[in-house]
Amino acid sequence: MLAVALSAQMSPNLTVSPIPTIKVTKGAATVVTVKASLPAGYHANSNKPTESYLIPLTLKWTAGPLQMDSIAYPPPKSERFPFQQPTDKPLSVITGEFSIATKFKVPATAPSGPAAETGVLRYQACDNKACYPPKNVPVNITVSVE
Amino acid sequence: MLKLLLIASVAVILGLVFRAPETRAGSPVKDNKDRKHAPEFALKDANGKLVHLSDYRGKVVLLDFWATWCGPCGIEIPWFEEFERKYKDRGFEVLGVSMDDDGWKAINPFVTDKKINYRIVLGDDVTGEQYGGVEALPTTFVIDRDGRIASVHVGLTSRKDFEDAIEKLLEAAPNAGRGAKRADES
Repeated sequence: MLAVALSAQMSPNLTVSPIPTIKVTKGAATVVTVKASLPAGYHANSNKPTESYLIPLTLKWTAGPLQMDSIAYPPPKSERFPFQQPTDKPLSVITGEFSIATKFKVPATAPSGPAAETGVLRYQACDNKACYPPKNVPVNITVSVE
Repeated sequence: MLKLLLIASVAVILGLVFRAPETRAGSPVKDNKDRKHAPEFALKDANGKLVHLSDYRGKVVLLDFWATWCGPCGIEIPWFEEFERKYKDRGFEVLGVSMDDDGWKAINPFVTDKKINYRIVLGDDVTGEQYGGVEALPTTFVIDRDGRIASVHVGLTSRKDFEDAIEKLLEAAPNAGRGAKRADES
């Protein structure tokens, strides 16, 4: 491999806080909040970036007993960055700690007992001078269906 | 005195409003003896044609790892378009290596929208690893006429740093650094 000192610019890791087991009732609705944070000095595009070619923050639930109803993403910040031209419009981003709330319906037919609900949080981060490839972070919750 | 202060204040405000984007200082052009051969690759362009880095031997090459979703890359691209026009006749070319996972579906509309006038190839992780594990974008290598890496620029770099490197390499005679280390040498 080419011995070039590129390692100083490492892709930032978004961390997702562990989610305690959630008790749900068949036929009812529940809201699950996923708390996550980006290291200081980095930002990620919000769920609704200002340009079509930017990669949005998304949470996709992939498997589990619950039926996803809606997702409320964190309110974006409109910020300008040093790499932008003065004529560029501000970017719609998230920084630091943030929460994503998912409203689920619990099907009446859901099997009783504990079950895993799994999802993927996708983000693409930048700092003031560079951007890093999009990453997928697994999100796992345990639900106890009663 | 008041007039002078007013003029100075206006100048400062204009400087803030019309400032150039903040950039990271690029690495200076390495001495001949310290340059290593740029790793060879074969990557496809938009027409499916295989492009080898060795095809460019004898030219100064600005090899830009970028992606459509990379804001700082979008700042540099117009500079590179201008370099391509300005220096092409002197033996210079820009080669963009897109690291877009979505491939040409993402790249082609962007290239059209930005009127990119230089060749783009679709990169991959193997090529990124060969070049030191390209993670931050943009990462740009300026390669001399002998195919050796003369400078590396990680993150948004000043336009002047690129131009200085290109000018210096274009002025140098080819084969000035016989005996340069290969990329896999330490």
